[in-house]
Amino acid sequence: MIEWIAELGQRWPDMWPVLWLGTLDTLYMVLWSTLFTILFGLPLGVLLVATDRGGLTPAPAVKAVLGTVVNIGRSLPFIVLMVAVLSLTRLITGTTLGPTAAIVPLSIGAIPFFARLVETSLREVDRGVVEASLAMGARRLTIVGKVLLPEALPGLIAGLVMTIVALISYSAMAGAIGGGGLGDIAIRYGYQRFDDYYLWATVVFLVLVVQAAQSVGDFLVRRVSHR
Amino acid sequence: MINAEGLRKVYRLKNREVVALDAVDLNVRQGEVYGVVGQSGAGKSTLLRCVNLLERPDAGRVVVDGADLTALSRPRLRAARHGIGMVHQHFALLSSRTVAANIAFPLEIAGVGAAQRRRRVAELLELVGLTDKAKAYPAQLSGGQKQRVGIARALAPNPKVLLSDEATSALDPQTTASILGLLRDLNRELGLTVLLITHEMDVIKQICDSAAIMENGSFTESGQVLELLETPGSLLARSLFPLPASSPPDTVTLTYTRQSDEPLMSQITREFDVDVNIIGGAVEEVAGHSVGRLNVRVTGPRRQAALDHLAGHGLIVEEVR
Ligand SMILES: Nc1ncnc2c1ncn2[C@@H]1O[C@H](COP(=O)(O)OP(=O)(O)OP(=O)(O)O)[C@@H](O)[C@H]1O
Ligand SMILES: [Mg+2]
Repeated sequence: MIEWIAELGQRWPDMWPVLWLGTLDTLYMVLWSTLFTILFGLPLGVLLVATDRGGLTPAPAVKAVLGTVVNIGRSLPFIVLMVAVLSLTRLITGTTLGPTAAIVPLSIGAIPFFARLVETSLREVDRGVVEASLAMGARRLTIVGKVLLPEALPGLIAGLVMTIVALISYSAMAGAIGGGGLGDIAIRYGYQRFDDYYLWATVVFLVLVVQAAQSVGDFLVRRVSHR
Repeated sequence: MINAEGLRKVYRLKNREVVALDAVDLNVRQGEVYGVVGQSGAGKSTLLRCVNLLERPDAGRVVVDGADLTALSRPRLRAARHGIGMVHQHFALLSSRTVAANIAFPLEIAGVGAAQRRRRVAELLELVGLTDKAKAYPAQLSGGQKQRVGIARALAPNPKVLLSDEATSALDPQTTASILGLLRDLNRELGLTVLLITHEMDVIKQICDSAAIMENGSFTESGQVLELLETPGSLLARSLFPLPASSPPDTVTLTYTRQSDEPLMSQITREFDVDVNIIGGAVEEVAGHSVGRLNVRVTGPRRQAALDHLAGHGLIVEEVR
């Protein structure tokens, strides 16, 4: 045990820059894909609820199409999805390697996941409140912006945290096919060179990143919840 | 103020149809409190929701303050709804907004500027006695306080009509009384027309000028409360004044909606030589009048003449059974 720590102390100056850069790459991938996930997943989730029977703009056909698309996205294992969208990734980013390229499959994988979570949170908003707003003469877009989203905010944030945690785990998988980041390090040093120090260090770093995301999320949920 | 004609609403379920409203005519006069009572499932909520077109009737017209809502375009209907406040059984407050922001919400919808909103919200908080709760969230309020916020919110855009669906049925009796009192005051002071739904006869008794009894999607009785009380066989009268279920033969029910100065009972015993025995009864304040209803046993050979005498003096006389 003591030898182990001594060796870690010796090697740490070499390991640190690698791990730090890997963490930055992971954060880079996760943050950008989170941004795209919100950008597309939030409206998608709103549409899933609004087009429902008894929703703000019932449209069963639209609902069926969106639901199917989301289900297809949700049922593909991420590793398969990553390979399946390779050509799209190349089209958008010009490459299939590196953190920037990984943002494409990460976003595509997380959008349907987040959209379902958004849908669930919005469904929990009291129907009576929506009706009261209609009775006050509110437009439907106003109801989305001023009633549905604010009322569901704690659930939306909790859902976003789940999505981010999923993205962190996906991003490690993306590392496996050359996406960069902590996953990449774990594979290259830990798996291919049997270097346990790197393997365990990346595990600790990943846990820390997930823990940080969860704590910030929990704090925000408590802040915005007035129930 | 509210005129609905021939309202019909059918809900189509998978294997059957529910006729929630069937040829309902509703006439609520300007400045009155109108109550609709009825059993669960009678169609009361459906009726109320048809008045502001939350539910679109399958047939019939709804005219509120001179505007035929059924004929309005979507934007015009939204504008018309600013003039129709609604109070909900379960309050329907936004849990993410403070009390003040909840009251401001309909004003935001109506496009009122921030400064004016603030002024109006302060006024309303004062009106419902919740100034010190302006910054509280709904979850921190009692049921009665929540309903006061609901009422303040409904009143914010200065509506002419207030719709209330069981506004007090989630509240205890004391809080109910204070909320009803508030509605009554608003009706008197602001000239607000109130259409309320309830399943409690007491609510009708305490604050309604007019009432309707609803059953299976239609009105079985409707009109001014005092007139209904004077109508022989009125279900409303019977419900407002529950009388002993079983009575001896020759019993009549006497109803009077104004105080009589004449000693009618002693008159009939003297002039018609009948025996009068009071079985039971009550005197209550209804629509601001003191109304009495008595079950009285009248016996003697000239019984009919005695009863005619009472009827001639403005009493409603109904034979029991
Ligand atoms: N959205 C709906 N879909 C199907 N049926 C409905 C719907 N709303 C109401 N109904 C039916 O219409 C009838 C009248 O309902 P309504 O809610 O108006 O009754 P209510 O008099 O308000 O009853 P309560 O006192 O229980 O509130 C009931 O049989 C009810 O089941
Ligand atoms: Mg109801």
